[in-house]
Amino acid sequence: MSEHHHKETFVTKFIFSQDHKMISKQFLITGMIMGTIALFMSMLFRLQLSFPDTSFSIIEAFLGKGQDGGIMTPDTYMSLVTIHGTIMVFFVLTAGLSGTFSNLLIPFQIGARDMASGFMNMISYWLFFISSVIMVISLFIQTGPASGGWTIYPPLSALPQAMSGSGLGMTLWLVSMALFIASSLIGALNYIVTVLNLRTLGMKMIRLPLTIWAFFVTAIIGVVSFPVLLSAALLLIFDRSFGTSFYLSDIFIQGEVLHYQGGSPILFEHLFWFLGHPEVYIVILPAMGIVSEVMATNARKPIFGYRAMIGSIIAIAFLSTVVWGHHMFVTGMNPFLGSVFTFTTLLIAIPSAVKAFNWITTLWKGNLQLNTAMLFSIGFVSTFITGGLTGIVLGDSALDINVHDTYFVVAHFHLVMGVSAIFGMFAGIYHWFPKMYGRMMNKDLGYLHFWLTCISAYGVFFPMHFIGLAGLPRRYYTNTAFPIFDDLLHINHVMTIFALIGGLAQILFFANFFFSMKKGPKAPQNPWHSNSLEWTTPIEHIHGNWPGELPTVHRWAYDYSKTDENGELYNGQDFTPQIVPPRAGEEML
Amino acid sequence: MKALFFILIFIALIVACWQFVKLLGLTKVQNSTATEKENNINGWLLLGLMVFIYGLMLTSMFRGRSVLLPRLSASLEGYHIDNLFIITMCLIFTVQFITQFLIFYYSFKYRGINDRKAIFFADSSKLEAIWTIIPAIVLTLLIGYGLWTWNEVMDSSNAKDPLVVEVYAKQYKWEARYAGADKTLGQGNVNYIKDLNTMGVNMEDAYAKDDVPTTVLYLPKGRKVVFNFRSQDVIHSAYMPHFRAQMNCVPGMITHFAFTPAVTTEEMRKNDDIITKVNNINILRKEKGAEPYEFDYLLLCNKICGSSHYNMQMKVVVVEEAAFNTWLASQKTMAQLLN
Repeated sequence: MSEHHHKETFVTKFIFSQDHKMISKQFLITGMIMGTIALFMSMLFRLQLSFPDTSFSIIEAFLGKGQDGGIMTPDTYMSLVTIHGTIMVFFVLTAGLSGTFSNLLIPFQIGARDMASGFMNMISYWLFFISSVIMVISLFIQTGPASGGWTIYPPLSALPQAMSGSGLGMTLWLVSMALFIASSLIGALNYIVTVLNLRTLGMKMIRLPLTIWAFFVTAIIGVVSFPVLLSAALLLIFDRSFGTSFYLSDIFIQGEVLHYQGGSPILFEHLFWFLGHPEVYIVILPAMGIVSEVMATNARKPIFGYRAMIGSIIAIAFLSTVVWGHHMFVTGMNPFLGSVFTFTTLLIAIPSAVKAFNWITTLWKGNLQLNTAMLFSIGFVSTFITGGLTGIVLGDSALDINVHDTYFVVAHFHLVMGVSAIFGMFAGIYHWFPKMYGRMMNKDLGYLHFWLTCISAYGVFFPMHFIGLAGLPRRYYTNTAFPIFDDLLHINHVMTIFALIGGLAQILFFANFFFSMKKGPKAPQNPWHSNSLEWTTPIEHIHGNWPGELPTVHRWAYDYSKTDENGELYNGQDFTPQIVPPRAGEEML
Repeated sequence: MKALFFILIFIALIVACWQFVKLLGLTKVQNSTATEKENNINGWLLLGLMVFIYGLMLTSMFRGRSVLLPRLSASLEGYHIDNLFIITMCLIFTVQFITQFLIFYYSFKYRGINDRKAIFFADSSKLEAIWTIIPAIVLTLLIGYGLWTWNEVMDSSNAKDPLVVEVYAKQYKWEARYAGADKTLGQGNVNYIKDLNTMGVNMEDAYAKDDVPTTVLYLPKGRKVVFNFRSQDVIHSAYMPHFRAQMNCVPGMITHFAFTPAVTTEEMRKNDDIITKVNNINILRKEKGAEPYEFDYLLLCNKICGSSHYNMQMKVVVVEEAAFNTWLASQKTMAQLLN
């Protein structure tokens, strides 16, 4: 088919590409750039938190002369945490993670030549790109970017009088997010259609690798919940620009009474969290899928409880849409509603526990190949459990009263969805790098990267629980205004040191990534001895993925170390790819 | 320009890092997957990571103990919350210890060896039933106890003769108002804000005249306090960590919370946890030459509300009921203040 195919120019191949492999790389690189910006911001505000009155020339260099001789201003601090959160949650962990791996793996692993609509796929990327550009531009305007927290609760975000970031910065934030939502909806619809319609012969739903199940369900959650955020944002735009009162009522600010009557900020909170909570599963489910796949491959064992894993993905997805109120226990919402949300929230612990135990059992009696991707997967399970367990505290309305909006929450979600999802993403990058670029990444740099990252992640976020239990609220520019928090200084120092080490350790990753892309050793076709279909395609990317016929699938993706009745490995190797037909009398799962 | 300089340093670091690797000859063609030696090293390191995590947990628990809120709740309702919290934390720590052990021990024990064969173990309904049903039972109990506690804390409908207080939030200041002799707060609305009437109290309302405004929140020990929260501009959150109390203040609506102060400020200052904490703080404060600190209850803002969010606080003082009544009687009422 390649000879008959139209000639690719530079523009159609690298820029306006409709090929899922190229689009996936575009998502990854854009996500990495955005991630670097957000990570760097976090290092700057960690400096501020530990050394509140110290002048740093790096702060002045990046944040401008307005910073009072190298000491960050409160407004700058607020905008840094806001944009750090927004970029990490949406641009890195939604688009960067889901966009990269859904695009790369869905056609590859289901045996399709490309996405259902290559054109829509391209539009999805370019909307994401424009939205990223607008978000970055908002960092450079005079009044500063949005600074009301990534949750942008009105009235703070609705009234330019309330803080300087609520002016043009907030408008750009909303425009950027509207484009982002459009991008993610177009992408999600494409993923759903592709998984449902373009599976190759024999690829039943029940034979799909768990990655695809995770991407598929993630896309469904996205389609259900993202439009709600879009409407919330639209109503906020109306309140901000056209004088409506959806979210605003009875406001007196800067010496004058505003005209708004009858709106309720609580409405915004409901709409926001109707997306906001499913969003954390949009972030974590793809990481779970990646980890399941990487872990089974490198344990040389089938993933334990494949059907239970699918069941728990679906259960989590369903429950994720009925728990949003646990972000609102102390907003003045009716306490009865709080009871309902406590109940549904704690139920999520059950499918999550099933997944965690299934991963642990997958490790049991395996022959673990502890390469970088596997290390990140093990790290994922560890941080997911550490962070997830404190969810039992936060999801319980009575306990939430005293830890709501403290650093305890910050520690919880950074471990359970921040660090975990990033670990899932790293596992995916190290595992599928050979598929993306046809070359191997350097192992030693990879190991060093993992060890520094994992230890610093724990070093930053584990002690953070305790400053939260000391009652320290999040989003405080400094805690020097309260002598009662003075003794947290040492813990803050420890956290900042780990944060700086962890941040700088990412240099190893970038070095490894970009140089391996050009200079890394050539990859073999199936470097990890994996079963799934993507490793049956040629190393050099071709249009349409497989040179001849599409492969036919005969089994699930997890026949690792399967033996026949005599206890002998099939074909003398410990993996049986999906394209291998069953032997006579073979028991199929 | 300086920023450009830092970015250049960043890029230089990446390049240096790569050159270093080249120097060590690590870019030579390697085995694509992990070798036995690497599995061994990483296996041991994973065991080390487990020790590191356990170490962090134990140091944070024992050495970090002194920074936490005092174990003694300053409100009666807080006792219930604390009990639930302790039970939940014990559960969490047990599960955490066990699961982290399993993850790292298995990763270490089954680290890859060339001749070993993994077992083919794909499913076990029995095992999966166990770890579905056990969490389900434990969580049901926890949810039950949690909901009971939540009702205890949130339901203030049968409080006998409570003290009614309005807490009023604005960028970046707290105010409060007691209901006065008639035990009912006068209406408030932003339209009435004028000069000294900073909380926008409707002085036409007969209930408003005897209301008592304050900027330090005095509370009587042993009497239930019902709080009404209002905000005049953006969302704030009234957080009183020692009382295990928090409620958002939302413009356009009145929110509620109630608790019974159980420990006076003086009593709390003699609490062992507080004494240790205050001593630690004062050692640090002496080093930087700041005034010594004396413990006080606090109400702080816990919902991002603008640039001075980090410094929006009000002192809370709990005294015996008799002392409280004397103090209240000595304060000016709204009517007196505005005339």
